[in-house]
Amino acid sequence: MTTNTKSHVRTTINGEAVEFLCEPRQSLLECLRDILNLTGAKEGCNDGNCGACTVELDGRIVDSCLVFGVEAEGKQVNTIEGVATPQGLHPIQQAFLENAALQCGICTPGFIIATKSLLENEPNPSETRIRTWLAGNLCRCTGYDKIVKAVVAAAKQMGG
Amino acid sequence: MVATNNKPNKYKVVGTRPIRHDGADKVTGRAQFAADLPSANVLFGKILRSPHAHARIKSVDTSAAEKLEGIKAAVTAKDLPETKFGPNGERPVTAGDLGTDLKRLRDGILASDKITFKGQAIAAIVATTAHQAEEAVKLIKVEYEVLDAVTDVRAAMSENAPILHEDLEMVEFGEPTGIKNNVAEHFQHKAGDVEKGFTESDIVIEREFDTATVHQGYIEPHNCTVQWRDDGRIHIWNSTQGPFQIRDATAEILNVKATDVKLTPLEIGGGFGGKFEPYGEPVAALLSQKSSNKPVKISMSRAEEFECTGPTPGSYIKVKMGCTKEGKIIAGTAYLAYEAGGFPGSPVSAAAECVFAPYDIPNFIVDGYDVVVNKPKTAAYRAPGATNAQFASETIVDEMAERLGIDPIDFRLRNATSEGLRKVDGTKYASIGCIEVLEATKNHPHYSAPLKGENKGRGVSIGYWMNAGLQSAVNIAVNGDGTINLTEGSPDIGGSRTGIAMQAAEILGITAEDVYPSVVDTDSIGFTFGTGGSRTTFATGWAAIEAAKDVKAQMIARAALIWGENPSSVEMEDGIIKSTSKKDLQFTFKDLAAELNDTGGPITGRGAVDPKGVGAAFGSLIVDTHVDPETGKVTVERVTSIQDVGTAIHPSYVEGQMQGGTAQGIGWALNEEYFMNSSGVMTNSTFLDYRVPTALDLPMIDTQIVEVPNPGHPLGVRGVGEVNIVPPPAAIANAIYRSVGVRMQQLPMHPGAIVETIKNKNGN
Repeated sequence: MTTNTKSHVRTTINGEAVEFLCEPRQSLLECLRDILNLTGAKEGCNDGNCGACTVELDGRIVDSCLVFGVEAEGKQVNTIEGVATPQGLHPIQQAFLENAALQCGICTPGFIIATKSLLENEPNPSETRIRTWLAGNLCRCTGYDKIVKAVVAAAKQMGG
Repeated sequence: MVATNNKPNKYKVVGTRPIRHDGADKVTGRAQFAADLPSANVLFGKILRSPHAHARIKSVDTSAAEKLEGIKAAVTAKDLPETKFGPNGERPVTAGDLGTDLKRLRDGILASDKITFKGQAIAAIVATTAHQAEEAVKLIKVEYEVLDAVTDVRAAMSENAPILHEDLEMVEFGEPTGIKNNVAEHFQHKAGDVEKGFTESDIVIEREFDTATVHQGYIEPHNCTVQWRDDGRIHIWNSTQGPFQIRDATAEILNVKATDVKLTPLEIGGGFGGKFEPYGEPVAALLSQKSSNKPVKISMSRAEEFECTGPTPGSYIKVKMGCTKEGKIIAGTAYLAYEAGGFPGSPVSAAAECVFAPYDIPNFIVDGYDVVVNKPKTAAYRAPGATNAQFASETIVDEMAERLGIDPIDFRLRNATSEGLRKVDGTKYASIGCIEVLEATKNHPHYSAPLKGENKGRGVSIGYWMNAGLQSAVNIAVNGDGTINLTEGSPDIGGSRTGIAMQAAEILGITAEDVYPSVVDTDSIGFTFGTGGSRTTFATGWAAIEAAKDVKAQMIARAALIWGENPSSVEMEDGIIKSTSKKDLQFTFKDLAAELNDTGGPITGRGAVDPKGVGAAFGSLIVDTHVDPETGKVTVERVTSIQDVGTAIHPSYVEGQMQGGTAQGIGWALNEEYFMNSSGVMTNSTFLDYRVPTALDLPMIDTQIVEVPNPGHPLGVRGVGEVNIVPPPAAIANAIYRSVGVRMQQLPMHPGAIVETIKNKNGN
């Protein structure tokens, strides 16, 4: 079957050159999770409605379940695994912990990637802006209250 | 660490807000959820599901599917082992789904003869890749005799309704009736003389309510990986709220011993009651056995989640209440008809306990009906049954208060129940915080804040939930550096491992950070009922307290041994072990821990509990809405959740429960529902169309923690997880009334329904 013929993909993930083989029909999410064992991006719906699989692709956040693995060719992919540094957690990660902005934690990687993208472009967003930006990420546990507070706290910490 | 309230904290650890122990794992993507297990050398299973809501299976043929590349095996209901239980294979299961028997449980895993809901599992395929399995499953041939479907509870109870289970005999008032229809059970609670009560009432209000089926909507779909090894042992790795229930149900379905099954619960991505049922586990085990004992993974899609796992029921409810002109409720009747789904077992009995729970009503009759319909078999969802019922009663209570011109909270206070008064089921309330919650609601600044602008209104409601006790076990091992490892069996959905660790730390006089809590597999801890019923921090926390006390007693004995003292003259307080007779004899917890291995060996403590009967919860909500009368759109502008939590162990995660329950209640109130077509097919089985609330749909959710210590727990804890979902629909309905003058009698109160109700009221 032609679908089983694998493609060779060269890409950059969290700053490191990566090569992998995947079927053309496999999503970037599947490639990250099942081939590269980067399981921080989660599958919640596989149709782009929950945001649990959010990653950054060439500077834009995407639902990685809606991107084919082969589309990562020659691009920069940033995932939750690349957010903390050897120096420690990112201020957004720290703010999520200090504000108890997670309960089960399945949506948390997606929220952190989306928040990072927001704060890197808009250092001091309003509550409405934060809510609008994060409307593509579903959380069923928290009611979003503590997430919004964590984003505000992180913005402050990052100098916004 | 920040103290919870302005009052002095009598505890050292309880009431503080440490960073959760699994926090760094969860924010870095390192935490291992069940779907994150490495997929090398794993096979992938896919389940064939019925496209029909009601049908007889005439034949199943998997041969074409099995010929595809990469396919290793297929299973159908015929592969389920013969059960050794009972002459007809019908034995009530001891764990898992308590409301059903083994035949029905097995038919829910793989249907043998009859389909009673769309999406019911019929067969499964296992393949080298998930995509191969998906393709192959489409080639399974099933012949059906399609039957008329019935998906509405009232239609299912009508005379000529299609019958789902020909063998289902209605039980009425605890006795089999011989009547075969779709009503599995009718029960009744009764007190006083309700006719007399209504006759003596100055105001009597009777209303009917319809509520839609809604789903828990956890973000992580069910998934499991199962290996049935060649030595006969079955190892399950999965996402579950109830490791022991799934272990025991799997053992019963597969006819093996409990010790033949080991279940390792991985991190769990939400549950809300929906992850107590076995679905893929026995199927994946059979597929593993048939494919050289390799591990087999089955993951549900989001559509499978909506269509094939248990939502919470739609219902038809009729409530009548009567009160005097002084504002005393003296009579009430409730008719509660709940959809069980394709098999019996709705939460209607819980609904009956809750419908009038906040009030001391001398005369009442509550009738409950458990009704099968062609929808997925319902499962638990946060205070299951309570939200529907109290939506009905709490909107009528609001209307009574309004007609009498009494403040709605004052009206509730005049009727509020308290310790020692009768519950609906005839038992009596233990210590509860109904009055305290109402008073805190009235005193909250939100309640008296000015509300300006057109089409805006403020609503309130109170809710009740029993909370569960049930069994938990905890082990503690003391390390040489004075830290402790705490092992427990409650999957941690919302920070509970830290709340449990904090209770052990409180007893031992050490810090929360000196405890490392782990949720372990079913081989490694005593039976622990699942994470649900608001019981985890309450009951597993209590087991941790008992384990810590066990450690404490042993530490005291060891110090006495080292000192050559009598243990009765040694005490331990705030982590210091000291002699009461000789002042210079003293150990810190850490100093003594360092001595253990050379003075008699390590110390381990154990705790096992089964708390009974105490710890019920009340919660309320104040909500401000704006309603656009042209479009019917409701905007929730401000919301405050108030709840009696007994003692808040970790206030941040207590608030989190209150906020999360409120958000789910708002979604239930305003837009969540299953759209079923006339064939019994759900037409909105994606997050896009089902629409759980997004960040943009909600305001900040203020919380007010009320602490009426629970005498039934060593630290006064009540469960906090569930009651908060109950008040929002009624409070929002009451706010909508004050916004645009219409009383809503359905859930969800979507824009179309509101516009329609306004039109009807205006006579067009």
